[in-house]
Amino acid sequence: MGLGFFLEQAFAQHALIAGTLVALTCGLIGPFVVVRGMAFAVHGTAELAFTGAAGGLLVADNPVAGALVGALAVAGIISVLGRRERERDSVIGVILAFGLGMGVFLLSFYRGFATAATNILFGDIFGVSRGQLGLLLAIGLLVVVVMLTLYRPLLFASVDPEVAEARGVHVGALGTVFLLVLAFTVTEAAQVVGTLLVLSLAITPAAAAQRLSANPVTVGALSIVFALVAADGGLLASLAHGSIKPSVFVTAISFAIYVLARLAGPRLKATS
Amino acid sequence: MAAWRRHAACEVAPGRPVVRLQEATLGHGGRTIWEGLNLAVSPGEFLAVLGPNGAGKTSLLKVLLGLFPLTAGTVEVHGQPPHRGRGCVGYVPQQRAFDPDLPIRGRDLVEFGLDGHRFGLPIMTAGKRRRIDGALRSVRATGYADAPVGRLSGGEQQRLRIAQALLTNPALLLCDEPLSSLDLSHQREVSSLIDERRRQAGTAVIFVTHEINPVLPYVDRVLYLVAGRWAVGTPQAIMTTGRLSDLYGTPVEVVEVGGRIVVVSAEEIAGEPLEQGHHIGSPAEREQVGG
Repeated sequence: MGLGFFLEQAFAQHALIAGTLVALTCGLIGPFVVVRGMAFAVHGTAELAFTGAAGGLLVADNPVAGALVGALAVAGIISVLGRRERERDSVIGVILAFGLGMGVFLLSFYRGFATAATNILFGDIFGVSRGQLGLLLAIGLLVVVVMLTLYRPLLFASVDPEVAEARGVHVGALGTVFLLVLAFTVTEAAQVVGTLLVLSLAITPAAAAQRLSANPVTVGALSIVFALVAADGGLLASLAHGSIKPSVFVTAISFAIYVLARLAGPRLKATS
Repeated sequence: MAAWRRHAACEVAPGRPVVRLQEATLGHGGRTIWEGLNLAVSPGEFLAVLGPNGAGKTSLLKVLLGLFPLTAGTVEVHGQPPHRGRGCVGYVPQQRAFDPDLPIRGRDLVEFGLDGHRFGLPIMTAGKRRRIDGALRSVRATGYADAPVGRLSGGEQQRLRIAQALLTNPALLLCDEPLSSLDLSHQREVSSLIDERRRQAGTAVIFVTHEINPVLPYVDRVLYLVAGRWAVGTPQAIMTTGRLSDLYGTPVEVVEVGGRIVVVSAEEIAGEPLEQGHHIGSPAEREQVGG
């Protein structure tokens, strides 16, 4: 059975649609995560999405909805308690540790498929049902629309908060909205690569793009392209090698792009 | 002045001040920061705002930006109460360190001054590019416009800040310690650039600073804030032993050394003169004076 056979199957098509959507949203938010120094916030949100997914699985057999609830909860907590950058990281650390413990506790009550836990942690894009795909599409569209609307003021507020505030940008409110967008994006990405590996799509492509250009528009575009190559490339590679999870390929491709960008970067990037 | 187009809403009627404060009082958390402030700033005027830490210099700028409401009295900018996000006011902050890897070039920082606050994507048009290039030329920053901001010197960054603030040709330019952390030659460059522009375009400048000396040649009037009290007038009238001792409520000596004005507390005259114009006494005393 070759790749062509799989591409005619509904499960593979669903996976590719979901993967593309996830890559698009991750690529869009990535540069902001990097510029705002929020890599740890992404990781913390993802860990709590795991707790939420475990809860969702147990209560309603719906890990996606559970993950979303968990991610939104942590976004809310960070926005209330972690206004200052340094405080933010310790707050995230505290919640992350407790949340993971809770997740393991919840999973110990789960009597369903034994693979459920691994799927939450490392992704299960081929298991996405039609209903879940609908939810993922809705979330992805929401993130894309919000990000395209807020792109310019959010960049201004992230790079130069003081002047942005003086020019009338609601810097604090934008920060909260971005945390919510992050929660939605993390929930999406967790479906493809799992909660443990979200950073490979939400950070790595943007970090690689940043190595290659100082132009924010170019960085944004490259970040999306890199995320797409990693996500879709990883899915296709996994279809071709059935026994290995797509997240393995996604993280490997994403990492390879980063290494290449680091090597090529100094020659391409304009320096003063 | 005709060379500098100004948006009609930012135009100041002839003979009218750009900024007018009447009996303006600002309080914060039950404490009065300054009280009964009367001030009118004319187009093209250079006003330096001096005073110890905590005297409410930055807060004054925030009031003019529409970010802080007054506790009492009135404030007008271009004949209207200030409100958040009006493009008619330019703002230059203190120089700060950007990450060297930050994916923002000099011209991107300047571009924010044009439409950074508007929703949507940062799409470049020929018209925008012309305006940004013009602004970069006017501060002589074309040579490093495409370099990442995090790799530029403090002086270069502040030139870009000025281009950013002046891109919309505001009638009022607010500067919050734009020279601090710059070396002496960059301080001179940046302040002469601001002076040049306000003369060409009739821009009123309100310049908050710790140190009057770098801008002394340009300053028309000084607003000196101390512990809720204030004094306004020419530097010759305000920067005197009598006026400042009055204002601080404690003996202060103003001395001129080689064309520089130095303010020292009378008790410390025997000791080393305090370098910065506002410093009075030991940190503990200063807090009493400022608070």
